[in-house]
Amino acid sequence: MIYINSFLFCGFVCLIGQLILDNTKLTPGHITTIFVVLGCFLDVFNIYDKIILWAGGGAMVPITSFGHLLIHGAMVTTTDVGIMGLMSGMFNLTASGITAAIVFSFVLSLIFKPKD
Amino acid sequence: MEDKKYKNLVDKHTPKENVLDNALIAFVVGGLMGILGQGLIDIYTYLFNISTSDASMLMIVTLIFLGCLLTCLGFFDKMVHFARCGLIIPITGFAHAMMSAALEYRKEGLVTGIGANMFKLAGTVIIFGVVSAYIFGLIRLIIMGG
Repeated sequence: MIYINSFLFCGFVCLIGQLILDNTKLTPGHITTIFVVLGCFLDVFNIYDKIILWAGGGAMVPITSFGHLLIHGAMVTTTDVGIMGLMSGMFNLTASGITAAIVFSFVLSLIFKPKD
Repeated sequence: MEDKKYKNLVDKHTPKENVLDNALIAFVVGGLMGILGQGLIDIYTYLFNISTSDASMLMIVTLIFLGCLLTCLGFFDKMVHFARCGLIIPITGFAHAMMSAALEYRKEGLVTGIGANMFKLAGTVIIFGVVSAYIFGLIRLIIMGG
């Protein structure tokens, strides 16, 4: 059942993105930015946590989960150390993704030649 | 007048895209990415006996690695051209943006090329994400107390 939910949610997010891309003059960069901010906003009222419970991995794959993980890590840390946790805990949960992206792209760009 | 004429001419010759087909392809490909993510989480929790949150970290790392590798091998640009937002909105789009910037500027050197330009396309995601997370987090702390 959770597979159907992930298909529906992840597909729905991509559908909205594609509709925005086709019907406006925004670039893919604008659209990913909009979705990250949207993911942050949905976490303010704990809506995104409910979506993750409902859709599982389907809610972790779209870029909205990146914004959600940023604010989620920050809010978890603030319960321990107060308002400074907003800064120190910001990358707690996303660090693995960002580090992976940086390391893989650096190493692979040394190995491969650009193709065009 | 000239501007208007030019705009009309451009509009006439811009190829019309089939919005419905594009949307359907994006929906299906995006949905398959979601299924792949959930499948990887299930496999990792079964294989390594780890919690779901750790497994989803591992899943994100795996998808980023796949995105980087396929971009290097030259498949991903064709796939993005076909599926558009179906592959840009998932986390693979983030990896694709970083990888293609790193590949493109590599000839300008390690520091001035890769180091200075890697975040050229993907930086907006991190910057807007952090700024909006900070602002929304502050609002949530003040209004709802954490």
